[in-house]
Amino acid sequence: MSPAMAKAAAKPQPGTPGAPPIAYVGARLIDPEHGTDGPGGVIVADGRIADFGTHLARPGAVAAIGAHGMEVHDCAGACLAPGLVDIRVQAREPGEEHKETLATAADAAAAGGVTTFVCLPNTQPVIDDAAIVESIARRARENARVHVLTYAAATRGLQGRELTEMGLLAEAGAVGFTDGTQAIGDAGVMRRALAYAANFARPIIQHAEEPALARTGVMNAGEIATRLGLPSIPPVAEVMMVERDIRLVELARGRLHFGHVSTRAAIEAIRAAKARGLPVTADTAPHYFALNEIAVGDYRTFAKVSPPLRSEVDRQAVVAGLADGTIDAIASDHAPHDQDSKRLPFAQAAFGTLGLETMLAITLGLVHGGQLSLSAALRLMTINPARLLGLGAGRIAKGGPADLVIFDPDRAWKIDPAKLRSKAKNSVFDGRPVQGRVLRTLVAGAPAFAV
Amino acid sequence: MTDSHLPGRLTSRHILATEGLSPGEITLLLDLAEAYVEQNRAVEKKTALLRGRTVVNLFFENSTRTRTSFELAAKRLGADVINMSAEGSSVRKGETLIDTAMTLNAMRPDVLVVRHSESGAVRLLSEKVDCAVVNGGDGTHEHPTQALLDALAIRRRKGRLQGLLVAICGDILHSRVARSNIHLLNAMGARVRVIGPPTLMPSQIDRLGVEVFHDMAKGLDGCDIVMMLRLQTERMQGQFVPSIREYFRFYGLDRIKLAHAKPDALIMHPGPMNRGVEIDSEVADDIDRSLIREQVEMGVAVRMACLDLLTRSIVSNVGGP
Repeated sequence: MSPAMAKAAAKPQPGTPGAPPIAYVGARLIDPEHGTDGPGGVIVADGRIADFGTHLARPGAVAAIGAHGMEVHDCAGACLAPGLVDIRVQAREPGEEHKETLATAADAAAAGGVTTFVCLPNTQPVIDDAAIVESIARRARENARVHVLTYAAATRGLQGRELTEMGLLAEAGAVGFTDGTQAIGDAGVMRRALAYAANFARPIIQHAEEPALARTGVMNAGEIATRLGLPSIPPVAEVMMVERDIRLVELARGRLHFGHVSTRAAIEAIRAAKARGLPVTADTAPHYFALNEIAVGDYRTFAKVSPPLRSEVDRQAVVAGLADGTIDAIASDHAPHDQDSKRLPFAQAAFGTLGLETMLAITLGLVHGGQLSLSAALRLMTINPARLLGLGAGRIAKGGPADLVIFDPDRAWKIDPAKLRSKAKNSVFDGRPVQGRVLRTLVAGAPAFAV
Repeated sequence: MTDSHLPGRLTSRHILATEGLSPGEITLLLDLAEAYVEQNRAVEKKTALLRGRTVVNLFFENSTRTRTSFELAAKRLGADVINMSAEGSSVRKGETLIDTAMTLNAMRPDVLVVRHSESGAVRLLSEKVDCAVVNGGDGTHEHPTQALLDALAIRRRKGRLQGLLVAICGDILHSRVARSNIHLLNAMGARVRVIGPPTLMPSQIDRLGVEVFHDMAKGLDGCDIVMMLRLQTERMQGQFVPSIREYFRFYGLDRIKLAHAKPDALIMHPGPMNRGVEIDSEVADDIDRSLIREQVEMGVAVRMACLDLLTRSIVSNVGGP
């Protein structure tokens, strides 16, 4: 048990089991599941939501409902919403704890308003065995201040050949199957993975990129890559894999989810597949709607991500896909790296950017820009990703877990990696001014973060 | 001219690329190099301009002619020269790139000439040192002194760069020489064509301000300068052309293909040449048409001009912890 948690256990926080209830009142209550957004509040007792609604809008509300001994927290008009659910995180534990641990990733998550995150299986060793799934759950319970879930590998060792023991892995708690940052490239393997995972009601999460076209590339193909003299990845590498997999899901049944989609063509293909009623979903990451390939600048390795940052046309298509529901969710794609992995010539540097702590603020940029309503933006980070993986999280429901975030959607701040909680500092948003700051994050009623 | 640099100075502390050099800066470098051509042809070739200065040639990638050319340039200006070949497997790793930069920086050189197999590596290194850095070629990005020496060779024969039609032929995809030449020639008002098989064309190369051709006869039509490039098989991951004989048949420069260019068109090649692959010996060795040997001579003069200009802005190397 971490020192912080030991301290919390010594003096029970209001709202947690064994402590008096607490009322969060005077908030702008947003329930993305039902699309409501208005004055309200929440009463938290025993780590659960005891009551919520507009009757808790005013600070005087608690006295009016005749509660005794209840602590009252006035949100002073700040937004109160379900904690965010981030379905694409690399926590680097086990194996690369010098980059990140479950504990530091959870600290970053809490500071970003994320109360549940899901780990990719590309750890060392790979999460392809039930014992590793269980061990991560145990490590997370002991060290992480937010809920941590995990995917398991779709193929043993992420080698793309033999299926993992999906049934046993699902029993151990794996919420889905994926080869992480690599595509499942063999069509035969993908077909069987989809069919077999469906047997255990788990989706396959695909990194959609045709390996034969992407293998040697380090940034998006086009004028900028040509100027910089960098080996590039043609954007069609994404849609080719998306289209192939849509055919395979038709053949094999099962449930298919595309992680971090980034191109207009892929989004169009997914839109068409959904229109045909196929069980296909998708997410994207903040850097794909907030940045384009220009961010690479003069070989800025923090902007080296996989798939690569795309053209402005693609970026706009991602925004449109979020607005019209083609893209179901936003995930941070959190990929921490140490300095030695990034302070390299561009082609040799590792792929990935931090994301957990900045996802909310970057996404709120779309709200401030008028592309999404606040409720719609939150839906993409709460109830939608939770439903994709069959989780109970991401909603405000009586009796449900009190996993909540209180944030000021307008407060301005500047992203400074030195101040981020993550162990790594490789944020592509380094130095970016943003609006929207988390004030308090509750996990099972207890504050996991507070300014 | 709206150049912001002081007379006789470059705006940047380094020479990392031709992209971004102004016509004024290019002209300054070429004019200065012109004077050094004369010095190099004299009996007494050495001056004391850079006496007391240290130039380090740091070559992470194999090179004989470029390194020798830089070495000679520095020595003729009276500088002390150290050659560091860092080709071994351990120093190829990027971590050691930064480490090497830090180590060398502590020895207080005045100019670092760096060649590296990765695009952007020289810029990365330049951000970590206090001295001037000259890019001696980085991956498939740029090779600015090659483009400057090419421009000098052209200008001396044709009297100008403005308005000339230049064809760059062959492996454009893997060529830093092509990129540096495209930017420089465009800045100086020349028209640039690139000719090569589609598999060796970088995507959206036309956005760099060139016309793209896949047929040598059409592409060479009306050209003043025919710049051949080496097929860079060492940078190829996978197969880009089916065979050498097929490549030579369609893209190798011989008399027949050359006949499509202007009658007084000149042939250039950055070297080393693969005779019978991208160029036929008959045209390569034609003293009336080939600028290839002159290019090598211009290389020394241009590099002297670069070292001269970069060290002008160095007032004192005192400081630091």
